Amino acid sequence: MKKPLDRPELTADDDSLFIANISRRAFLKDMALTGLVLAAGFPNLAWPDEAAQPAQPEKYGADAMPHGWVDNPLVFVAIAKDGTVTIICHRSEMGQGIRTSLPMVVADELEADWTRVRVEQAPGDEVRYGNQDTDGSRSMRHFFMPMRRVGAAARAMLEAAAAAQWRVPVQDVRAERHQVVHTATGRTLGYGQLAKAAAKLPVPARETLRLKKPAEFRYISKGKTGIYDGQDIVTGRAQYGFDTHLKDMLYAVVARPPVFGGKVLSYNAKEALKVPGVVKVVELPSSPAPADFNPLGGIAVIARNTWAAIQGRKALKIDWSKGPHGSYDSVAYKGELEAAARKPGKVVRNDGDVDAALKDADTRVEAEYYAPHLAHATMEPPAATARIVKGNCEIWACTQAPQLCRERVAKWLNLSVDNVTVHVTLLGGGFGRKSMPDYVIEAALISQAMNGKPVKLVWTREDDLHHAYFHTVSVERLEAGLDDDGNAVAWLHRTVAPSISSTFAPDTKHQMPVELGMGVINVPFAIPNLRVENPEAEAHTRIGWFRSVSNIPHAFAIQSFVAELAAAAERDHKDFLLDLIGPARRIDPRTLGDTWNQGESPEAYPVDTGRLRRVIETVAREAGWGRALPKGSGLGLASHYSFVTYVAVVAEVAVNEDGELSIPRIDVAVDCGPQVNPERIRSQIEGACIMGVSLATLGEISFKDGAVVQENFHDYQLTRMDNAPREVRVHLLPAAEFDAPLGGVGEPGVPPIAPALCNAIFAATGQRIRQLPIRDQLRKA
Amino acid sequence: MTTLNINGKPHKVDLPEDTPLLWALRDQLGLTGTKFGCGMAMCGACTVHLDGKPTFACVVPISAAVGKQIVTIEGIGQDATGKKVQEAWVTLGVPQCGYCQPGQIMAATALLKQNPKPSDADIDKAMSGNICRCGTYCRIRAAIKQVAGIAEVQP
Repeated sequence: MKKPLDRPELTADDDSLFIANISRRAFLKDMALTGLVLAAGFPNLAWPDEAAQPAQPEKYGADAMPHGWVDNPLVFVAIAKDGTVTIICHRSEMGQGIRTSLPMVVADELEADWTRVRVEQAPGDEVRYGNQDTDGSRSMRHFFMPMRRVGAAARAMLEAAAAAQWRVPVQDVRAERHQVVHTATGRTLGYGQLAKAAAKLPVPARETLRLKKPAEFRYISKGKTGIYDGQDIVTGRAQYGFDTHLKDMLYAVVARPPVFGGKVLSYNAKEALKVPGVVKVVELPSSPAPADFNPLGGIAVIARNTWAAIQGRKALKIDWSKGPHGSYDSVAYKGELEAAARKPGKVVRNDGDVDAALKDADTRVEAEYYAPHLAHATMEPPAATARIVKGNCEIWACTQAPQLCRERVAKWLNLSVDNVTVHVTLLGGGFGRKSMPDYVIEAALISQAMNGKPVKLVWTREDDLHHAYFHTVSVERLEAGLDDDGNAVAWLHRTVAPSISSTFAPDTKHQMPVELGMGVINVPFAIPNLRVENPEAEAHTRIGWFRSVSNIPHAFAIQSFVAELAAAAERDHKDFLLDLIGPARRIDPRTLGDTWNQGESPEAYPVDTGRLRRVIETVAREAGWGRALPKGSGLGLASHYSFVTYVAVVAEVAVNEDGELSIPRIDVAVDCGPQVNPERIRSQIEGACIMGVSLATLGEISFKDGAVVQENFHDYQLTRMDNAPREVRVHLLPAAEFDAPLGGVGEPGVPPIAPALCNAIFAATGQRIRQLPIRDQLRKA
Repeated sequence: MTTLNINGKPHKVDLPEDTPLLWALRDQLGLTGTKFGCGMAMCGACTVHLDGKPTFACVVPISAAVGKQIVTIEGIGQDATGKKVQEAWVTLGVPQCGYCQPGQIMAATALLKQNPKPSDADIDKAMSGNICRCGTYCRIRAAIKQVAGIAEVQP
């Protein structure tokens, strides 16, 4: 196998870079030659698999991710003669602010002046940078500490270089705002002056690093650092996947099978080729089931501009087969899910004796909740540009998973992974859609069909809505028993939804531990008799990850049902919910049947009901829970624990005489542990509120005759300014201590929004919404 | 060959006249700040100004833009109001992914130039053609009010 090249991904000319951008492999070789490996005893010079070996066999967090983490400053930091510090961001930016927040962590520990920092995006290369799958709300959770060490190690090297130049003990110097100061004399040397010498020094051993104390932070936890790409975004200079432009580039769109599993039977490109600007029409192969990350196949139209490609596609005549899913119909399927939910299914958690407790209960309450398929509808639809030169394929793509793109493109083009380069552009939204490399493979295949010419493959909005990896569709059936004091004594939850695993193994009919662990088996309720069942559900389309995933239907059902129980018990919803959660305690998730625990250690990340109680109490206080509201208005509460973060929401709604819904205000309390960039945490939670409102009030993808019904934003509607909550107040709870483990931020804000809204609607109108989206269910005839 | 006046300068475009302005800007002139989102005037990502009016470039054929002053996100900073809007967007940290923000900024600038003190209802009306999937609406409203000098009532 060919050895990987050391790709110079830094754009500054090599002469000016002194803490050099040497690959791990080259670095190892250099160090071995000079004998410094042993002398310095670098613990981090092993491959990631060998590094970070925990004592016990179980791996958690970043250790358990493909290619783990890397904290070598020589990989992430470069300093130029003029003092410009370049910091590599290896996670994809899709609006969560990671290109600001992670480099900011490095800069803080490095004592770099943020105004002299440039951020460079890493290409896909997990061996070099550690895991790059930007999903699961874990970029900061997994890379906060490695990036702190990167900064601290680089700072130590600069200090050592200065001390050597002054011939003084290193403890007599300190790095401070982009220079090293000799404390006794006040002499200074700038980072640019020191970089060359510092680069020649060994990287200090991890255990010798001095990390800053929280009081010393300049940027971390302050929330004062502006968005790194802000200026480029507001001036139109920011480059997304859709914006890539290469010399002599061609443009392509693909007509894909309308029904998942369908194929091209025959096609006629005669009219398409007459469209001015159309260059070529090629057939792309379809893939056998399972869907996996494979492209869907179809007919590609390649043209001299995007519009010509789109017009050419319209002129194609294609006869499609429907395949095995040609009768998928969302109305009928809902009936199938309901039927499954009304019969016993696979037991996935069983505490006490639910049947006996239900029989003895004073009051029994049951309800079914339906949540439909959703499409991510990133404002930037999927797009990728590929070219192949002398057996090397180069890709530019808006992707959440650049290493996966490399691996899959290599497989499809029959190249070594080392011969595939994936440059990561900004993402115009991701939400899980861009974790799937199907469109990137399409671009590579089309470039290959054009003899390696650069081709930009774009998806139109129709393509995006028809061929997403859809959020699942679910029926959640809940039944509970209350004793004569109104206490919940029995809880039976049947969750029925096609699983994401069906996308990778077609006969899967049950949810995976990762789906069940999203709020359904790990409900932290102090109910003695509690059973969760998972009846079978067959998938008829590609099911994928959508921001916060199965937490959406689970939280909608459970948090709505708790409000229904409180009403049945004639109790205040907040008090009832707190009683259901019970006293503050730290629960081992394994005792709840949750073996997954978001991939995190059950010791470091127990289910902490004290923190859950605290967000509920906080949001109730801040939102004025119980305050008097005019007729037609109401407050609704919901809480949810996901991505190891605790969230509670109070929504205020108003429903007018025509049944029109407005949302004057949403309060959200969030406990995500230590807050690295509170400003971007707030923006993520604000955005999660809007996405939650959107899916609760409008979002639905439905199928008829196997194909998606919705075409564009007229029938797949999203919340706009006029229907958005007028005010979102985010209340961030301080962490108990700064060293506490971090929680996720990007996703956990979404799940509690829909139930909070529906509970508020109930408070305002007495009408209970059990089917999403709300759409016109409140309209008066 | 068609000549378009974009951001105060003439540009030659060699595309069929029914080609939407969006693709002339993006594919031929390299002005990629104007975004594609839906292709049917439903999302506002492609908002440009035609003679000062906010217009969806994805449905305006080149022929309809000839002879008009076209301003895109790349040129809006030359306008005093446009510059203030861009600055407010940065100061208040409006963008998340940022993809829709050029269109939002074009819509907001057109609103503020025509109505320097917009009410909440005015803002709703002017901005509801522009979708933001990240959900930055509250900050967009705050930024518009900041430019307008309207004090937000703080809780």
